[in-house]
Amino acid sequence: MTRAAHAINHVIEVRGLSTQFGEAIVHDDLDLDVCAGEILGVVGGSGTGKSVLMRAIIGLKRPSLGVVRVFGEDFYGVSGKVRLSIERRWGVLFQGGALFSSLTVAQNIMAPIREHLKIEGELAKDMAALKISMVGLPAEAGAKYPSELSGGMRKRAGLARALALDPELVFLDEPTAGLDPIGAARFDDLISNLKESLGLTVFMVTHDLDTLHATCDRVAVLAEKRVIACGPLDEVRQTDHPWVREYFSGPRGRAALAAKAG
Amino acid sequence: MADSAAQFDTDIQKGILRLIAHGDWRARSVGPIDSRLRDFSDDSVGRDLVIDMTGIERLDTTGAMLLQRTFFACDSRTSASKIVGATDPQRALMEQIQHHLAPCHIAPYHGNAFVVVLERLGQAVANTYYSALELMSFIGAVLATFWKVVRQPSHFRWTSTVHHMEEAGLDAIPIVGLMSFLIGAVVAFMGAKILSLFNADIFTVELVGISVLREFGVLLSAILIAGRSGSAFTAQIGSMKIREEIDAMRVLGLDPMEVLVLPRVIALVVMLPIIAFIAAFLGVVGGALVAASAMDISIALFVARFEETIILNHFWAGMIKAPFFAFVIAVIGCFQGMEVEGSAESLGQRTTLSVVQALFLVIVIDAFFAMFYLEIDF
Repeated sequence: MTRAAHAINHVIEVRGLSTQFGEAIVHDDLDLDVCAGEILGVVGGSGTGKSVLMRAIIGLKRPSLGVVRVFGEDFYGVSGKVRLSIERRWGVLFQGGALFSSLTVAQNIMAPIREHLKIEGELAKDMAALKISMVGLPAEAGAKYPSELSGGMRKRAGLARALALDPELVFLDEPTAGLDPIGAARFDDLISNLKESLGLTVFMVTHDLDTLHATCDRVAVLAEKRVIACGPLDEVRQTDHPWVREYFSGPRGRAALAAKAG
Repeated sequence: MADSAAQFDTDIQKGILRLIAHGDWRARSVGPIDSRLRDFSDDSVGRDLVIDMTGIERLDTTGAMLLQRTFFACDSRTSASKIVGATDPQRALMEQIQHHLAPCHIAPYHGNAFVVVLERLGQAVANTYYSALELMSFIGAVLATFWKVVRQPSHFRWTSTVHHMEEAGLDAIPIVGLMSFLIGAVVAFMGAKILSLFNADIFTVELVGISVLREFGVLLSAILIAGRSGSAFTAQIGSMKIREEIDAMRVLGLDPMEVLVLPRVIALVVMLPIIAFIAAFLGVVGGALVAASAMDISIALFVARFEETIILNHFWAGMIKAPFFAFVIAVIGCFQGMEVEGSAESLGQRTTLSVVQALFLVIVIDAFFAMFYLEIDF
């Protein structure tokens, strides 16, 4: 299988994407690229369709128009087999963790390993233990059920499951939402570290200005049904758009900037 | 991209064990060599080991974990043991993985199976006892609230009550009526078949009349309402509980018993007798139509015979039960809704439990009534 040169740079290419729910149009002719090895933060006001964009890329919400290319393949145009092979190369962390409630954390992580890699027994357990330790959970957490975990631990466990197949691309939906500031900062560090050591590409939907400053290589701003700005944070901050100005120059935006500078 | 397999060779140079790894050492390809690698490290515990990574084309955390695991399993802790041939990113990954090799717990330990069975049995018995107590206290609370509302009628929620009368009662009439009509017809068919053997076709009227008026009309209504409206009560109140709406009510000084429970209980107690009445009527109609079409009992004859033989007692015997059934169904539906805790699983469990308990108690109460009627010759 050969891949076009541009696809190596762009892990995700979204072209002319339109999505809608009934009459309500969420995205209209939206373009977005995610480069290999970067952390892209997607920001935007509530209801601008950040999560919908993520769902359109990972195949949960079929766009009404447009092309989504992941790893150079047109995700909605290829056969089910190719699609599955793409799906095995990414991991998704949903907002609430989305752990299977009837399985323990370790069993949750072993589920995709069993299903896709046909690996059972000791190796699967070792892999689960590795992932649990990598996301910073204690070894005892492996035997716990999702209902016994705190919100932060659930997110870590969800990330461990997203990393189970050693994906090249990870989608994170509001990874720090609902975490206390200390937990959120740790999660930021964790994501940066994993990106460094595993060479991950990360697509992250977030509201959190501190996360943007701490982890993201580039930021895409969603507004008016499109990506109105995309680039390094400092560039995006200069964009002349009311929402962008308010977002970055509001009290929280300034505090996050000060924290970064200090 | 053709996935090459993960492979390794071993040899000994100057008394030092060497593991030469090559190929694709990623999660998708290391599965087949895991057990061989384990055997290797079991056989060479405590020896000097050099791992040569020069031939590794691709490496991910799983591959790195296998290499590090093998390395640490054999490690003799002398300087002769080392990992060579790694590229810089590979080395960084190996270093990172080194800190994450501890095994983890997979599933909680449940203990001896026999003990677990005993424990579950005991728990079930205790739970039954406690939930019976709680149900009693809930019934008490409902009655106390009712008394309070009787003394202060301004506290009565008319809108809510009427809404539930429509939703839980009126909307159920078509399906209950249809079912009762069909049951009446089925009973008449059975009667026609057997009674005609004795040339006693005319007794079909009594068969249909007594069974539908005393039992089927009210019992079928209760069963359907328990499945349809009792479970809806649990789901409504339970989801309000999950979204903390009940807590919000309490801190706003609204009594959930008064706002949520009492209107539902009263609505059902009012509506079920009406539904049961319609059900009984349609059941008899079903029986009469079958008698007219499948046997030689005309509608006029059916009605005449019905008037002559079915005394009003049969009708009252059925109708008296309706409010009791309604009370039980509504109270259990609301009680289970209030017992919902936190998660959606709990809501599902409670909804199921609500229907099962309501049906069980309806049948128990029905049996008590049957015995009671027998004793007083009603």
